[in-house]
Amino acid sequence: MTATTPLWEVFIRPRNGLAHKHVGSLHAADEVMALQSARDVYTRRGEGNSIWVVPSAAITASDPDQTAENFEPTADKIYRHPTFYDTPEDVGHM
Amino acid sequence: MAVWEALLELADDHLVLGHRISEWCGHAPMLEEDLAMPNMGLDLIGTARTLYDHAGKLEGKGRSEDDLAYLRDEREYRNCLLVERPNEDFAHTMLRQFYFAAFMRPYWLAALNSADATVRGVAGKAEKEMAYHIRHAGEWVIRLGDGTEESAARMRDAVEALHIYVDELFDSSDAARMAEAAGVLPVRADLRDTWERTVSEVFAEALLEQPKAAYAQRGGREGIHNEALGHLLAEMQVVHRAHPGARW
Repeated sequence: MTATTPLWEVFIRPRNGLAHKHVGSLHAADEVMALQSARDVYTRRGEGNSIWVVPSAAITASDPDQTAENFEPTADKIYRHPTFYDTPEDVGHM
Repeated sequence: MAVWEALLELADDHLVLGHRISEWCGHAPMLEEDLAMPNMGLDLIGTARTLYDHAGKLEGKGRSEDDLAYLRDEREYRNCLLVERPNEDFAHTMLRQFYFAAFMRPYWLAALNSADATVRGVAGKAEKEMAYHIRHAGEWVIRLGDGTEESAARMRDAVEALHIYVDELFDSSDAARMAEAAGVLPVRADLRDTWERTVSEVFAEALLEQPKAAYAQRGGREGIHNEALGHLLAEMQVVHRAHPGARW
């Protein structure tokens, strides 16, 4: 089945102004069917107002074997977190 | 004959097709369609509920939507024959859905100006649902028609089998003519050109041809149905009839 209906990754934008967020994947023959299926499978309860579908094969992912060298070096660099100053109240949610 | 009976015909079309397509739930060829088909079924059943409720009130004998859906026999059902056709295979199912939606979309668009506020309300919601049904089923008709040798043969069989049920969509019963004259429902015959255009666009891409109409099967609006409807109603009504008045 995957030969004729490859895997697609689905991204939904819940509201205007927010970013598209990965919600899952599905099988479809082409991009038109992938969009329709995404609508049918992932937006049945009003989850969003925009859909992206991307062929899973088009995604280049980081190598799990490189997880340590990729991500652990940041663990002790707390000065990169902007927590050392007060945010003025008028700025609202950041 | 009365306007409420025309609403009943319309409600029956939606309930019967909604039930038919829901029969795929758990049996679809892929998970994505297993959700898509009940989605479409629920659109249709939602429309049927509003129409039954409204028809019951206009009739004025206190019949509820449940009474109308579950306590009428085959001969009292007024749906057109197309919607009761068995699912057969995915090609039949998608073509039936496409034919019906290609008719209902312009129907509801015209009903946006209905003299009846409930009909206007249903139309506003249903025209969008039907636009999606046309797209979803239409894309499948194209892919199966212009697909493998097997899928194309099945699609051609479906066209052959369902063609004789098309003309009935455009017939108006006495009750429907009354509703049309009162400005409550659109004139069915007027929608033929739009339907033909929608179908021929998809068929061109699907490499399918519409058969020349030699013969049309009719009778649904008079309660003369195919054997298929009796089985559908038996399954749909059995719980309600076995446990009258049950609630949860």
